[in-house]
Amino acid sequence: MVMTMYTSNNLCNIRTGTVIQGKWHKRRYEIIKPLGKGANGVVYLAKEGRAFVALKISNEATTMMSEVNVLKRFSEVQGIALGPCLLDVDDWLHPHEKKIYSFYVMEYIEGDDLLTFIQKRGKEWMIVIILQLLGDLHKLHEKGWVFGDLKPDNLIVSGAVPKVRLIDVGGTTIRGRAIKEFTEFFDRGYWGMGTRKAEPSYDLFAVAMIMMNMCYPKRFERKENGREQLQLMISSHPYLKKHEKILWRALDGKYTCAHEMRKDLLQCMQQPTEQKEKREGRTVRVKGKKKFRLLETMFLFVCLLFMYVVYLYVQIL
Amino acid sequence: MRKGTLRQILLITDGCSNQGEDPIAMAALAKEQGITVNVIGVLDQDIIDEQGLREIEGIAQSGGGISQVVYAKQLSQTVQMVTRKAMTQTLQGVINQELKQILGSQASIDQLPPEKRGEVIEVVEELGETVNLQVLILVDTSGSMKTKLQTVKEALLDLSISLNARLGNNEFSVFVFPGKKGEVDRILDWTPKMESISSVFPKLTSGGITPTGPAIREAVQQFQKRRSLKSLFTRDGDDDVYIEQSM
Repeated sequence: MVMTMYTSNNLCNIRTGTVIQGKWHKRRYEIIKPLGKGANGVVYLAKEGRAFVALKISNEATTMMSEVNVLKRFSEVQGIALGPCLLDVDDWLHPHEKKIYSFYVMEYIEGDDLLTFIQKRGKEWMIVIILQLLGDLHKLHEKGWVFGDLKPDNLIVSGAVPKVRLIDVGGTTIRGRAIKEFTEFFDRGYWGMGTRKAEPSYDLFAVAMIMMNMCYPKRFERKENGREQLQLMISSHPYLKKHEKILWRALDGKYTCAHEMRKDLLQCMQQPTEQKEKREGRTVRVKGKKKFRLLETMFLFVCLLFMYVVYLYVQIL
Repeated sequence: MRKGTLRQILLITDGCSNQGEDPIAMAALAKEQGITVNVIGVLDQDIIDEQGLREIEGIAQSGGGISQVVYAKQLSQTVQMVTRKAMTQTLQGVINQELKQILGSQASIDQLPPEKRGEVIEVVEELGETVNLQVLILVDTSGSMKTKLQTVKEALLDLSISLNARLGNNEFSVFVFPGKKGEVDRILDWTPKMESISSVFPKLTSGGITPTGPAIREAVQQFQKRRSLKSLFTRDGDDDVYIEQSM
């Protein structure tokens, strides 16, 4: 599924201890180990002095630069850590090949990818992560971007207080343009359920598919009729069945903004317990109101009676 | 820069040509006329022979395009990625030329410092989003491709989903080779919508020969015919600006 063919083999096997020094900024990075291979390059864990960083290197200068552009924009959005922070952009002259590769350096986000995290920490985290994710997506959409290649592999849960972080901005696209990069299972075009135009509903479709993937970790391939197949998968899993309405609204592109979906999920989460409480609460309040009304009437009656008495008294005098 | 049109040939094949002109020469001819040739080699489980591989790479190289060998399963993703990459490559070539005019013969995007490069890439992306695109798809339907035709059809439908999400206009045309009578048959005339191929594809019969060279030659002629027809109708030949590059 991942397009490995564009990445040169030599880039996948940079040995531990290799020092990569930039041609322009002269900063030095010592390679520690590979972290992962994306569609357009390889990401390594590296050390600059004592600090750990993530270094992405590729033979595709163009795509690298366009990712850097996105990361730069993200860092302009202050106060919210949407993607990893961008630290450096440079070129590296490969000592043996005498070829120039582009690389960029970003903050190293330590943690597990979404599916591993859920597996380790339990299913109750699923909804928490999805709510966090929808919150972040909302901010991203408001800034005029669509994440594009949204999938569990691109979501890292990190920190002592687990928080989901978006990594790999290769698919991040300006709203209204064509999605740059996607993964079939999470792409509504693949399922025949919409266009590949970068709009919030594109990401929300992927969120629904992430929920599917959390329940079916192995994923599944599309058959003749995508929609029917998804229907079957949803109705045969209790967790998905519970959120059926919301999932379908997301899959059909009915949500125009991430907040709507978030609100619905929150509501759905509280529903079974809250409904009961609400009912009880209401009856209690009604009873109280009745009592209060009775008191009110009596109070008014007494007041009137008192005034009448006063009136009579004045008249008699 | 004016909004122009990019012209591409996308060749989908699974092996070596065995009839007619040398496809590598024909691809070079296409490039001379400002048409990029991209090639996708489709594998089954088995491996492709060395000669076929060399030819696939050779065609793309001399056609100024990109080549990729994939398993049938990955075809959809590959088709759209190759098309987009080739677009970017052509546009970059154009911009490189402009840079050379401004900054001297040594200049190219890769030699700019990263900060400046980022700005140039933004322009390339902007162009890639808005430029008009004409893709002529050439599908090899010789014997061994038969089992893969369903996948090819899906990949082409997928390609139109991807490209039609862009702001620029797209036009597709699909040819198969070998044809029923001649070397090449047109199964879809220029259209922005690819859906109609669904009905044509299942009826395809596969033949024995693989005239890749003649197919590319014919494809180039289709572009030229289209061009002259257009200028006939619009009179103002300036209406269509074709973006060409020499890398």
